[in-house]
Amino acid sequence: MLVAESETIPIQVESDIVLVRRHCREWTMRIGFGLVEQTKLITAASELARNALLHGGGGECLMERIEANGRNGLRLTFIDRGAGITDIDQALTDGWSTGSGMGFGLGGAKRLVNEFHIESQPQQGTRVIIAQWK
Amino acid sequence: MTANRIPIMQVGASLLVSIQIELDDQTALQLQDDLTQRVSESGARGILLDVSSVWMIDSFIGRTISDTAAMARLLGAETVVVGVKPEVAITLVELGVPLRGVRTALNMDCAMELLESITSGS
Repeated sequence: MLVAESETIPIQVESDIVLVRRHCREWTMRIGFGLVEQTKLITAASELARNALLHGGGGECLMERIEANGRNGLRLTFIDRGAGITDIDQALTDGWSTGSGMGFGLGGAKRLVNEFHIESQPQQGTRVIIAQWK
Repeated sequence: MTANRIPIMQVGASLLVSIQIELDDQTALQLQDDLTQRVSESGARGILLDVSSVWMIDSFIGRTISDTAAMARLLGAETVVVGVKPEVAITLVELGVPLRGVRTALNMDCAMELLESITSGS
Protein backbone atom coordinates (compact mmCIF):
# COMPACT_ATOMS: atom_id res chain seq x y z
CA MET A 1 0.00 0.00 0.00
CA LEU A 2 1.23 3.44 -0.96
CA VAL A 3 0.59 6.74 0.80
CA ALA A 4 0.23 9.25 -2.03
CA GLU A 5 -0.51 12.43 -0.05
CA SER A 6 -1.01 13.33 3.56
CA GLU A 7 -2.03 16.16 5.86
CA THR A 8 -2.22 16.56 9.64
CA ILE A 9 -4.99 18.54 11.31
CA PRO A 10 -4.71 19.40 15.01
CA ILE A 11 -7.76 18.73 17.21
CA GLN A 12 -7.46 21.17 20.11
CA VAL A 13 -10.70 23.16 20.20
CA GLU A 14 -14.29 22.47 19.25
CA SER A 15 -14.05 24.31 15.93
CA ASP A 16 -11.37 21.81 14.88
CA ILE A 17 -14.13 19.17 14.63
CA VAL A 18 -15.65 21.27 11.83
CA LEU A 19 -12.19 21.69 10.31
CA VAL A 20 -11.66 17.91 10.24
CA ARG A 21 -15.07 17.48 8.56
CA ARG A 22 -14.31 20.14 5.93
CA HIS A 23 -10.90 18.77 5.06
CA CYS A 24 -12.24 15.22 4.98
CA ARG A 25 -14.99 16.38 2.61
CA GLU A 26 -12.44 18.03 0.30
CA TRP A 27 -10.33 14.87 0.20
CA THR A 28 -13.28 12.55 -0.47
CA MET A 29 -14.46 14.82 -3.30
CA ARG A 30 -11.00 14.93 -4.80
CA ILE A 31 -10.70 11.14 -4.66
CA GLY A 32 -14.15 10.91 -6.23
CA PHE A 33 -16.11 8.98 -3.61
CA GLY A 34 -19.84 8.57 -4.15
CA LEU A 35 -22.12 10.74 -2.05
CA VAL A 36 -23.09 7.97 0.40
CA GLU A 37 -19.51 6.77 0.98
CA GLN A 38 -18.40 10.37 1.32
CA THR A 39 -21.07 11.22 3.89
CA LYS A 40 -20.39 8.07 5.91
CA LEU A 41 -16.67 8.77 6.11
CA ILE A 42 -17.12 12.45 7.02
CA THR A 43 -19.64 11.50 9.72
CA ALA A 44 -17.29 8.86 11.14
CA ALA A 45 -14.49 11.47 11.12
CA SER A 46 -16.72 13.91 13.00
CA GLU A 47 -17.47 11.30 15.69
CA LEU A 48 -13.81 10.37 16.12
CA ALA A 49 -12.61 14.00 16.16
CA ARG A 50 -15.13 14.75 18.93
CA ASN A 51 -13.98 11.66 20.86
CA ALA A 52 -10.35 12.74 20.59
CA LEU A 53 -11.26 16.17 21.92
CA LEU A 54 -13.75 15.26 24.68
CA HIS A 55 -12.28 11.98 25.92
CA GLY A 56 -8.67 12.31 24.78
CA GLY A 57 -8.16 15.95 25.73
CA GLY A 58 -7.24 16.79 22.14
CA GLY A 59 -4.88 15.31 19.60
CA GLU A 60 -4.63 15.25 15.87
CA CYS A 61 -6.01 13.71 12.72
CA LEU A 62 -3.71 12.40 10.01
CA MET A 63 -5.38 12.24 6.58
CA GLU A 64 -3.76 10.10 3.92
CA ARG A 65 -4.71 9.31 0.36
CA ILE A 66 -3.73 5.70 -0.09
CA GLU A 67 -3.43 3.43 -3.11
CA ALA A 68 -3.43 -0.35 -3.26
CA ASN A 69 -4.25 -2.83 -6.03
CA GLY A 70 -5.24 -0.04 -8.36
CA ARG A 71 -7.76 1.40 -5.89
CA ASN A 72 -7.79 4.76 -4.18
CA GLY A 73 -8.73 5.22 -0.58
CA LEU A 74 -8.69 7.68 2.27
CA ARG A 75 -7.21 6.69 5.61
CA LEU A 76 -7.74 8.77 8.74
CA THR A 77 -5.73 8.26 11.92
CA PHE A 78 -6.99 9.93 15.11
CA ILE A 79 -4.40 10.17 17.85
CA ASP A 80 -4.91 11.49 21.35
CA ARG A 81 -2.79 11.31 24.48
CA GLY A 82 -5.64 11.10 26.93
CA ALA A 83 -6.56 8.57 29.60
CA GLY A 84 -6.96 5.76 27.09
CA ILE A 85 -9.66 3.11 27.03
CA THR A 86 -9.43 0.17 29.41
CA ASP A 87 -12.25 -1.89 27.89
CA ILE A 88 -12.37 -1.39 24.12
CA ASP A 89 -15.24 -3.86 23.61
CA GLN A 90 -17.36 -1.91 26.06
CA ALA A 91 -16.42 1.40 24.42
CA LEU A 92 -17.62 0.03 21.07
CA THR A 93 -21.04 -0.78 22.52
CA ASP A 94 -23.82 1.61 21.51
CA GLY A 95 -25.06 3.80 24.30
CA TRP A 96 -21.92 3.46 26.37
CA SER A 97 -20.23 6.75 27.20
CA THR A 98 -18.00 8.09 29.94
CA GLY A 99 -18.37 11.76 29.22
CA SER A 100 -20.76 14.14 27.55
CA GLY A 101 -20.81 12.04 24.40
CA MET A 102 -23.87 10.27 23.11
CA GLY A 103 -22.35 6.81 23.19
CA PHE A 104 -22.62 6.24 19.45
CA GLY A 105 -19.21 7.62 18.52
CA LEU A 106 -16.94 4.61 18.32
CA GLY A 107 -19.41 1.84 17.46
CA GLY A 108 -21.22 4.10 15.02
CA ALA A 109 -18.01 5.19 13.31
CA LYS A 110 -16.97 1.55 12.95
CA ARG A 111 -20.19 0.70 11.10
CA LEU A 112 -19.74 3.56 8.63
CA VAL A 113 -16.35 2.66 7.20
CA ASN A 114 -14.66 -0.22 5.35
CA GLU A 115 -11.77 -0.57 7.80
CA PHE A 116 -11.59 0.22 11.50
CA HIS A 117 -8.74 -0.34 13.90
CA ILE A 118 -8.30 0.86 17.46
CA GLU A 119 -5.35 0.73 19.84
CA SER A 120 -5.39 2.14 23.33
CA GLN A 121 -3.15 2.03 26.37
CA PRO A 122 -4.41 3.29 29.73
CA GLN A 123 -2.81 6.67 30.55
CA GLN A 124 -1.10 6.78 27.14
CA GLY A 125 -3.89 7.61 24.78
CA THR A 126 -5.86 6.17 21.93
CA ARG A 127 -5.25 5.72 18.23
CA VAL A 128 -8.15 5.00 15.90
CA ILE A 129 -7.51 4.26 12.22
CA ILE A 130 -10.32 4.18 9.67
CA ALA A 131 -10.21 3.76 5.92
CA GLN A 132 -12.67 3.96 3.08
CA TRP A 133 -11.90 2.56 -0.39
CA LYS A 134 -13.34 3.85 -3.61
CA MET B 1 -16.04 29.34 20.88
CA THR B 2 -18.98 31.63 20.12
CA ALA B 3 -22.07 30.10 18.62
CA ASN B 4 -23.64 31.34 15.43
CA ARG B 5 -27.31 32.29 15.63
CA ILE B 6 -29.68 30.73 13.15
CA PRO B 7 -32.69 32.98 12.40
CA ILE B 8 -36.14 31.84 13.50
CA MET B 9 -39.17 33.19 11.63
CA GLN B 10 -42.73 33.08 12.84
CA VAL B 11 -45.57 32.51 10.38
CA GLY B 12 -48.95 32.20 12.06
CA ALA B 13 -48.70 29.55 14.75
CA SER B 14 -45.49 28.07 13.33
CA LEU B 15 -41.80 28.76 13.67
CA LEU B 16 -39.70 28.30 10.56
CA VAL B 17 -35.98 27.57 10.67
CA SER B 18 -33.73 26.90 7.72
CA ILE B 19 -30.20 25.75 8.51
CA GLN B 20 -27.99 27.37 5.87
CA ILE B 21 -24.66 27.26 7.69
CA GLU B 22 -22.41 24.45 8.83
CA LEU B 23 -23.58 23.25 12.23
CA ASP B 24 -20.90 23.09 14.87
CA ASP B 25 -21.82 21.80 18.32
CA GLN B 26 -22.28 25.22 19.91
CA THR B 27 -24.44 26.50 17.08
CA ALA B 28 -26.67 23.41 17.37
CA LEU B 29 -27.04 23.94 21.12
CA GLN B 30 -27.70 27.65 20.64
CA LEU B 31 -30.49 26.82 18.18
CA GLN B 32 -31.94 24.42 20.73
CA ASP B 33 -31.99 27.18 23.36
CA ASP B 34 -33.36 29.82 20.99
CA LEU B 35 -36.12 27.57 19.63
CA THR B 36 -37.24 26.39 23.06
CA GLN B 37 -37.35 29.99 24.24
CA ARG B 38 -39.30 31.17 21.19
CA VAL B 39 -41.87 28.36 21.49
CA SER B 40 -42.40 29.30 25.11
CA GLU B 41 -42.74 33.03 24.40
CA SER B 42 -44.85 32.78 21.25
CA GLY B 43 -47.03 29.79 22.06
CA ALA B 44 -46.24 28.38 18.61
CA ARG B 45 -47.80 24.98 17.89
CA GLY B 46 -45.44 23.84 15.18
CA ILE B 47 -41.78 24.05 14.16
CA LEU B 48 -40.54 23.51 10.64
CA LEU B 49 -36.85 22.68 10.54
CA ASP B 50 -35.38 22.73 7.03
CA VAL B 51 -32.18 20.68 6.77
CA SER B 52 -32.05 20.45 2.97
CA SER B 53 -28.71 22.30 2.94
CA VAL B 54 -27.15 20.17 5.68
CA TRP B 55 -24.69 17.68 4.18
CA MET B 56 -23.76 15.91 7.40
CA ILE B 57 -25.58 15.07 10.64
CA ASP B 58 -23.47 13.22 13.20
CA SER B 59 -24.65 11.72 16.51
CA PHE B 60 -24.30 15.00 18.42
CA ILE B 61 -26.29 17.07 15.93
CA GLY B 62 -28.82 14.25 15.48
CA ARG B 63 -29.33 13.98 19.22
CA THR B 64 -29.61 17.74 19.55
CA ILE B 65 -32.39 17.77 16.91
CA SER B 66 -34.23 14.91 18.71
CA ASP B 67 -33.84 16.65 22.07
CA THR B 68 -35.07 19.96 20.66
CA ALA B 69 -38.19 18.25 19.27
CA ALA B 70 -38.80 16.60 22.66
CA MET B 71 -38.40 19.93 24.47
CA ALA B 72 -40.73 21.68 22.03
CA ARG B 73 -43.31 18.91 22.47
CA LEU B 74 -43.28 19.50 26.23
CA LEU B 75 -44.13 23.11 25.44
CA GLY B 76 -46.95 22.10 23.12
CA ALA B 77 -45.26 22.34 19.72
CA GLU B 78 -44.61 19.58 17.19
CA THR B 79 -41.44 19.61 15.09
CA VAL B 80 -41.34 18.65 11.42
CA VAL B 81 -37.88 18.12 9.94
CA VAL B 82 -37.88 18.60 6.19
CA GLY B 83 -35.37 17.84 3.46
CA VAL B 84 -33.08 15.22 4.97
CA LYS B 85 -30.71 14.24 2.17
CA PRO B 86 -30.76 10.51 1.24
CA GLU B 87 -27.06 10.04 2.08
CA VAL B 88 -27.64 11.69 5.47
CA ALA B 89 -30.62 9.39 6.16
CA ILE B 90 -28.56 6.29 5.30
CA THR B 91 -25.68 7.45 7.49
CA LEU B 92 -27.90 8.36 10.48
CA VAL B 93 -29.58 4.94 10.53
CA GLU B 94 -26.27 3.06 10.26
CA LEU B 95 -24.83 5.30 12.94
CA GLY B 96 -27.71 4.31 15.21
CA VAL B 97 -29.28 7.78 15.50
CA PRO B 98 -32.56 7.55 13.55
CA LEU B 99 -34.05 10.83 14.92
CA ARG B 100 -36.74 9.03 16.92
CA GLY B 101 -39.72 11.11 17.93
CA VAL B 102 -39.22 13.64 15.16
CA ARG B 103 -41.77 14.01 12.38
CA THR B 104 -40.25 14.27 8.93
CA ALA B 105 -41.38 15.39 5.49
CA LEU B 106 -39.77 14.85 2.13
CA ASN B 107 -40.30 18.35 0.81
CA MET B 108 -41.67 21.75 1.75
CA ASP B 109 -45.17 21.05 0.36
CA CYS B 110 -45.56 17.92 2.49
CA ALA B 111 -44.08 19.71 5.49
CA MET B 112 -46.48 22.66 5.22
CA GLU B 113 -49.42 20.29 4.90
CA LEU B 114 -48.32 18.34 7.97
CA LEU B 115 -47.69 21.54 9.90
CA GLU B 116 -51.09 22.90 8.92
CA SER B 117 -52.81 19.77 10.24
CA ILE B 118 -50.82 20.04 13.48
CA THR B 119 -51.38 23.75 14.17
CA SER B 120 -55.05 23.78 13.17
CA GLY B 121 -55.86 20.47 14.85
CA SER B 122 -58.00 20.33 17.92
